[in-house]
Amino acid sequence: MDLKLALKVNDKDNVATIFANDIKAHMQVDVHDKKGADVLLTVNSDIPYGHKIALQDINKGELIIKYGEEIGMASQAIKKGDYVHVHNLESMRGRGDLQAGEK
Amino acid sequence: MGYLRPDGKAGARNFVGIIPTVTCANDVAQAICRQVQGTVVYLHHQGCCQMPPDLTRVTDTLISIGKSPNVGAVLLVSLGCEGTNHQRIYEELKKTGKPIEIIHIQELGGVSNSIQKGTDIARNLAIKISGLQREPVDIANVVMSIKCGASDATSGMASNCVIGYIADKIIDLGATIVFGETTEFIGGEHLLAKRAVNKTVGDKIIQKVNEMEARAKSIGCDMRKGQPTPGNIAGGLSSIEEKSLGAIVKSGTRPIQGVLEYPEYITTQKGLWIKDTPGREPEILTGMAATGAQFMLFSTGRGAPQGFPSMPVIKICGNPNTYERMKNDMDINAGRIITGAKTIEQVGEEVFKKMLRVLNGELTKNEAVQYFSAIDIHCLGPVI
Repeated sequence: MDLKLALKVNDKDNVATIFANDIKAHMQVDVHDKKGADVLLTVNSDIPYGHKIALQDINKGELIIKYGEEIGMASQAIKKGDYVHVHNLESMRGRGDLQAGEK
Repeated sequence: MGYLRPDGKAGARNFVGIIPTVTCANDVAQAICRQVQGTVVYLHHQGCCQMPPDLTRVTDTLISIGKSPNVGAVLLVSLGCEGTNHQRIYEELKKTGKPIEIIHIQELGGVSNSIQKGTDIARNLAIKISGLQREPVDIANVVMSIKCGASDATSGMASNCVIGYIADKIIDLGATIVFGETTEFIGGEHLLAKRAVNKTVGDKIIQKVNEMEARAKSIGCDMRKGQPTPGNIAGGLSSIEEKSLGAIVKSGTRPIQGVLEYPEYITTQKGLWIKDTPGREPEILTGMAATGAQFMLFSTGRGAPQGFPSMPVIKICGNPNTYERMKNDMDINAGRIITGAKTIEQVGEEVFKKMLRVLNGELTKNEAVQYFSAIDIHCLGPVI
């Protein structure tokens, strides 16, 4: 069986990045961390190469962490194994739209 | 090895630089460049109908490009009535000790005469510098610029890590590195500020990021319409914060000595420096050439083919799929890190060897196909 690899960069991360082609719903990926530990995780929907998967449940409004740092906020509830991208992750920086709304 | 210049820097290349002092002189400058072997031209869209701070910025940037160690002689092509101070560009470049000439299109009676006269001058300059030989120079003479473009999720995990490895290695050997893309510090600026040599430099980094973010906010829309780019998003990057955290990896781990302004030419400084630039390639490559960088390491995931007329650009591709598709534009395959075939150190040593060969004259892929005409000067105010 081909290795379906996902990389977790930092212990604090609640997402990992998938480096495998053709990841479909219900497949298992091997989440590999910096220390070499491997955990199998079932994917809830199709995820493209280089895109992220949730390693745990993340509530709406909670921070999403990669490289041990915040990369945005969950704009809706995210389940373990969900695809995480612009549809459920919201950037909080350079937001002139929010600033305009505050005026 | 390098071409020794009067200011003590050593060039990796030895071109006659043809510099239009305003966008109106672009066509004449380009026509001259086509006629004469050994010349390069810097086409840009600035130099008139701008506010005074930007006219000074364009003037200073063109001076710095002329100072670049990869440029052995300069022909300035002026229209004659532009907003940039073409006389000051000429005087400042004269001080470098390099052969410098200037022509004015209006004085010479128009385009045809200027192309004729400029071609004669450029030919003589090219012959004059063509006999220069490379001489041995220490690696401490190197000024390297670094950049990532058309990034995806592999950039922050492979190709930018390789550049970070080289950055640490050559700083320890006494070299100078300049990195930019202030837009792509947003979300990671606190990590850079912590690496500043002192609080003044740390505060300056935060200030530059705040200014860039304020510019994005000032037009009243969501920055996500521009950053990450549609290509970044398709490549798996979900926010500017994520893109930034992957981008700053390429600066390595050494202390940050200071922040250079966009037009600034680096003089005797060593170590790691930031230059205040945007992320877009034409503007940042121009800014980096103006720093005096002899070459650039450029990391990509989705496959950016861009280069610069007088600054070789070594492309390091982090995505194994992209490398296979775009081998003819990519110099190094860092995708082998993602597949587990190679370590960051192993690919880093390959890049180091390539870097030395390029400094000694080996062409990069972008030079071989001459993909380098999209350049420009980054300005702050409106064109009016």
